Formats: sequence, C-alpha cells, structure tokens
Amino acid sequence: MTKLRGTGIAAVNYPTGMNLGGDPSQALIHATTSGSFVVSLSATDLGQGLKTVIGQIAAETLGVEFTEIVVDTADTDTGPHDMGTFASRATHRVGNAVIAAALEARQALLEVASEELEAAVDELVFDGHCNLMVKGVPARSVKVADIAALAQFKYGRTIAGRGSFMKPKSTVDPETGAMDPDSTEAHACTVADVEVDTETGEVRVLSIRSAYEVGRQVNPALVQGQIAGGAWMGMSHALYETTAPYYPAPDHSPKDFSEYLMPGPLELPEIECVVLEMPSSNGPYGVKGIGEMTANSPIPAIVNAIYHATGVRIDSLPVTPEKILRGLDAKRATPS
Amino acid sequence: MNDPLNVVGRSVERSDGIGHVTGRTVFASDHVVPGMLHLKMVRSPLHHARIRGIDTSDAERVPGFVRALTAADVPHNRYTILGLIGVEPEEEFVLAEERVRFKGEAMVAIVAETEEAAYEAVAKVHLDLEELPAVFDVEEALKPGAPVVTHWGNNTFMYEGHPCRRVRLGDVEAAFARADHIVEGVYDTSPIEHAPTETTGCIAVPEANGRYTVYTNTQALYFSLDNTSIILQVPGNQLHFVGGTVGGGFGGKVDVIVEPIATLAAMKTNRPVRYVYSRAEEMQVSSTRSAWRIYLKDGVTADGHIIARKVTSYADSGAYSRQTPYALTKHAANAAGPYAIPNVSIDAYCVYTNRQPTSAMRGFGVTMASFALEVQMDKIAELVGLDPWTIRFLNAYHDGDMKPHRKLAEDATLIETMQAAAALVGHDLAPDLKAMTSAPRGRRGEESGRP
Repeated sequence: MTKLRGTGIAAVNYPTGMNLGGDPSQALIHATTSGSFVVSLSATDLGQGLKTVIGQIAAETLGVEFTEIVVDTADTDTGPHDMGTFASRATHRVGNAVIAAALEARQALLEVASEELEAAVDELVFDGHCNLMVKGVPARSVKVADIAALAQFKYGRTIAGRGSFMKPKSTVDPETGAMDPDSTEAHACTVADVEVDTETGEVRVLSIRSAYEVGRQVNPALVQGQIAGGAWMGMSHALYETTAPYYPAPDHSPKDFSEYLMPGPLELPEIECVVLEMPSSNGPYGVKGIGEMTANSPIPAIVNAIYHATGVRIDSLPVTPEKILRGLDAKRATPS
Repeated sequence: MNDPLNVVGRSVERSDGIGHVTGRTVFASDHVVPGMLHLKMVRSPLHHARIRGIDTSDAERVPGFVRALTAADVPHNRYTILGLIGVEPEEEFVLAEERVRFKGEAMVAIVAETEEAAYEAVAKVHLDLEELPAVFDVEEALKPGAPVVTHWGNNTFMYEGHPCRRVRLGDVEAAFARADHIVEGVYDTSPIEHAPTETTGCIAVPEANGRYTVYTNTQALYFSLDNTSIILQVPGNQLHFVGGTVGGGFGGKVDVIVEPIATLAAMKTNRPVRYVYSRAEEMQVSSTRSAWRIYLKDGVTADGHIIARKVTSYADSGAYSRQTPYALTKHAANAAGPYAIPNVSIDAYCVYTNRQPTSAMRGFGVTMASFALEVQMDKIAELVGLDPWTIRFLNAYHDGDMKPHRKLAEDATLIETMQAAAALVGHDLAPDLKAMTSAPRGRRGEESGRP
C-alpha cells in the first residue's frame, strides 16, 4: 500500500446576475413610530444570510444602527416584486434596490428634521448611530427615533422609500453568440492537496486553500461561510455525488442519504481562504456575487491534484475509488 | 477596505442564526393548519410509455380518500417555467397526458385525510401503460432513429433556428492550422442532486375571503405565484404566497412543481392541502443538475499561448428542459474560461433524454465548464513544459480584452487572485508573474499582439 500526495490548482471567474438581465428586484422601506425601519421584500433568504446583508446595506445608507432595521422577506402581499434568489444576484440586485429605497426614505427623514431643526437639508448629517445633527454644531443634534415619531404625530408625514434595480434585458445573436452575460465578474483560485491510497483508490482531501476576489464584502463572516460551504460542496461533486452511479444507465439511483454519498465531518479538509476586495462599478458599495462560485474551483483543483499524486488522469466526475484503481491498473499495464 | 463605512464590511451576527441553530426558525412545512389534507403523487414506474388508461376506482375506496386529480382537472395543463421571460415551447405537463417521458413523472394527485391514507390510495391506482423505447445518453439521443422524447420530432432544444447555442469569434480552423500543438479532451460529469436539508414543499390554504394563501419554500415567490396563476387560470390577486425562509435551495427550488397542484387541490376540496416531497422524491423526482459531456479542442503555440478553442457541449436535460436551455446560454458565455483566446467556436446542445428532468443548480452551466477547462489547462501546461501557474498567467484575460461573446472584459482580477492564492500557499511565483496586473494590455507594456 502506498499513499501518494499531490497538489492541484484551478482558477475561475463567475458572472453576477441573470446572464441576460431583465431580472428586477424591488424594495420598500418605511419608518415605524420608534425610528426603526422595515425593509419589505419578496426576495428569499436561502440560509446564506440575505436578510443580514440587506439589513447592513439599509442601515449604512439610512445612517442608522443595524439593530434598527427589520428585514421582511416573506410575502407577496407586502413585499414588492423580486425575480428570485438565484444566479448570485440577490446581494447585488436587492442591495441596489434597497439603497435606492433607503435614499428616498432618508430624504423624507431629512426634510422633517430640517423643519424641526430649522436648518437646510444639506446642512444635516447622520452620525451612523441613529443621530442627526447640524453640520459642525453637535449641540443641535436629534435622534432619528424622535424625528420618526414627530413625522407621524406632529407633521403627519410618511418616512418611506421605494427602490428598484434592473439590468435591462438583452438578447443573444444566434449566429455569433454576441451577448451581455454579466453585471460584473468575481474570481477565485483554489489550491487543493490530496492523498491517494493506491490500494483502495480512496482520496483524502488534505486541504482546500483559496483566494477569492468578490468586490466589496458586506459581511466577511458570511463570505467565509460561503467559501467553506462551497469548498465542501465542490469536494463532494468531485469525489462523491451522483444520482446515476452508472451513468448513462439510469439504474441504482439513490433514494436517501445512506445511498447518496457526501463527505461527512471526518472527511472535511483544512479549509483556508484569503479575500481580495476590488469593488465592482455597479454593485451596492461595490459588491460582486459570491453565492454560486465557491463550489467551482475546488472540483478541478482536486482532480488535478489526483493526477499530480498518481499520474492518472480522470476526466469524468465523480472521481470514485473504482475509477482511480482502474486508472492505476491501466498505467501499470502501459510501459512508460 | 479602508473607507468610512459604519456597518457594511463588518461581520455583524446574522439575524436568523440563533433560530436556525436552535430549531426555532419556522419553515414552510412547519405551518399547521386545522383540517389539513395531504397530497401524494402517483408516478410513472416506466422511463417512457404511452398512457392507455388510469383507473382510480380502488383508490377511491380507501378510507380517508378525498379526491383524485388527473390532467383533465388542470385548467392550463402546461408547465413552462421560463414562459414568463419568453422561452418556448410549452413541453411539460403538470399531470401527464398521453405519454410519460421519465420514471417518476407525475400522473395522478391523490388527496386524503392522512398521509397514510394518501399513500395507500396511491398504491391502488391502476395504470395501463404501453412501454416505449427509451434513450439515456446525450449522443445516442442525437442519432437518427433514436427514441424521440419531445413532441416536435428531435431531441434538441432549438435556439432561434439552431440546434445549439453558438458562439463564434475569429477563425478557429485557421488558428488550428498554424498552432504548434492540438490538445483534445472529453469531459463527463454526473447528474447530481441539490440535496437541500428541507425538501421541496408547500401548504395551500383556502381563505374566507376567497383567496388562497400558499406557504412555500420556493426561492422565488413571484416566479411561483405567476406560474401558478397561469396554470390554474386564476388572477394573481387570488393568490398570496408566503415564504422567504428556505432550508437550502441551490437552484432546486426555482422550479414551480408543488404549488400549482397543491393550490388546485385546495380549490377542488376547499380544504388546506399539504404537498411536501419525501426524501426519495427529492432524490429521484425533483430536478437534478444536468450531466454534461464536453469536448474541448485547443490550438496552442510552442510557448503556451492558447490561440484557438473549440467547445462542443451536451447537457443532458432529461425529459423536460425546465431552466436548462438558459443554463446552456450561460455555459456558452463562459465556456472559453477566464482566458484571452482570439479564436473561439462554441456549440452547446440542450439534449432531451428519458431521464429525471434537470433545471437550475448552483453554477448553472459554468461549474462543469470550469471543471473541463481547468483540467485541460493542466494538460496544456504539461505538453508545453510549463507549470500550472505559469500557463494560467500567460493566458489570463485582462480588462479590455474581447471575450468570445464580444463584450469587453471589465472587473478582470484573475491575475491578482492567482497571485493572492500563490502567496496564501507559499508558492513563490517568478518575478514577471508577480509583477503582472489585469490592467488593459499595452498600458503596462505587456504583450499586446497575441499570436
């Protein structure tokens, strides 16, 4: 028995948004009597943390604390239209819509504050911590919560905003394929280290180390979560998963997780990443989409590492122990 | 980044984290509604068959049976999810008519008082099916005489008169003729499941005001509402979709499979109806990622520049194409990779087979292109005697480069990302690679005239 080690790399780009555009996202924001802001969306949170990053973007634009934002992603009666959470589009599209809505609500807030403080709108500044003040005169400061209450009970005004973002729909030239298939591009480069057991054909992934360039990170911990989850998913695609184990034969399709193999906690490699931020021109605060791409570069990086370790090229996924053993047999049978 | 932002860029605690890890988050199927019925589906046991008859009489005698729904009960019995954005043709039925084209295709919906009664009644529906020849391989499906899956006579999705999505830049054949090396490869990937923790499902509830509330785990509330409105031929204002918290999607919950039939059942029975996939249905019936077969042919100079790339890709769409035609377009836009290649030809085919249908999945046409391209890059590197890092730097795209789809590259940062990865793992790049940037060619005196 021999355990052979190898290293492989892969580098990828990934487009943000539905590739031909025409995918609107809309947002509504309104202030409550206590100075909180409700962001109403019909966009969905798949577990990736959309509610959190949208709350951060709304708070940043409104100039209030994150804790003062309520994000409602629930309901077609209350949330305006959104195309859906897919295509690495949600933070980019919904974020832009929320910025537009927040700017409108902010303007309404400033107009009330302007009357209350008897100062021009352009003389007012937010401190980012739920206070408004006259520029250079901290003594003339007022809480956003107080302005929100006054708007309702003294001035009879709404503090609300509407926002929409849509990349216009484009078409593909059917002859040349000329098209506009992205809003921006994120990038990744992954280095995988593996150990291959030449007796059993089993692959142990030792580490998946990646660099990502994702524009602005709204929430670095959530970006890291995507990268770690994607590394696991990519490893799973590379080595384990199939609904047709003898493809193209349709037989033996699995019906549960005892038959559909995926790596468990014991198989998890060391996952490490570094994130570069080079802002996009059209994302909210320079965001690019990172939702889908994190499963991509780990797959070829692992397959290249297996070749580096064994000298066996396997061009079909998943790379099962059976394929590796057959490859090793074929290699032994062929004098080099 | 060092700029004066307050909360963007900070790792604030996720607002729903505690609920998720303590099990207190409410998901769609957690809703409990009094008087709720359960819907289970009678599915085709064959990969391809003509439907001669369906007999529900024994099923109707099962205690707790409430109602059976067949194709004739569905007002507009067509499921064309991308019809909303103008993609044609209508090809899939909500409940099967005339033929079934994959094992597991929905045929008869059974609504019963309990899940047990629904399963028992499902088992007692008698199907009279005439088995037809089936095809499971993308290239077999394109041969003359192959079993025809579609209703229009061949097994490819048609793109404005072409059987594939095409991309053409430069002259690939002329560049092959002057290349020092030709590198060819064939790459296959398996179909895989999204495998979300929470299976696809919904609960449709008739309200006193005549509307229907649908609690669903769709990834796209309005996509689901609008498609349901079309299938049931009811105005959108009769539908109220509630969701927004999803236990894993990965593209699988962009399909609109459960909501129309559950809502129809609620209309027909005037009772709340729950339709949630079992794990086996999620694995064997819900859309998967397509299997792909990708042929690559590259023309390479002796010093490692890729001067021509020809890509022929086949996505195994399964019996119905759902979102897969759009994935082929995205694939075609990305199938040359993040590299500057002046001559490119791409033919990407969406092929029908008698397999479980495919649809959107994370990486939508790009993940499998990345696999093929990045393994191919290592083969090229080995052939021309370069290391895997150098071959990628040498061919990396820059801002301002013309991509095969003729949009000029912007936001290109592949070079900087590779430099960061090399630093992360302690790989010492050669000084000329360390000095590169993605800035437009010429600005820094880098090679501008490509071979």
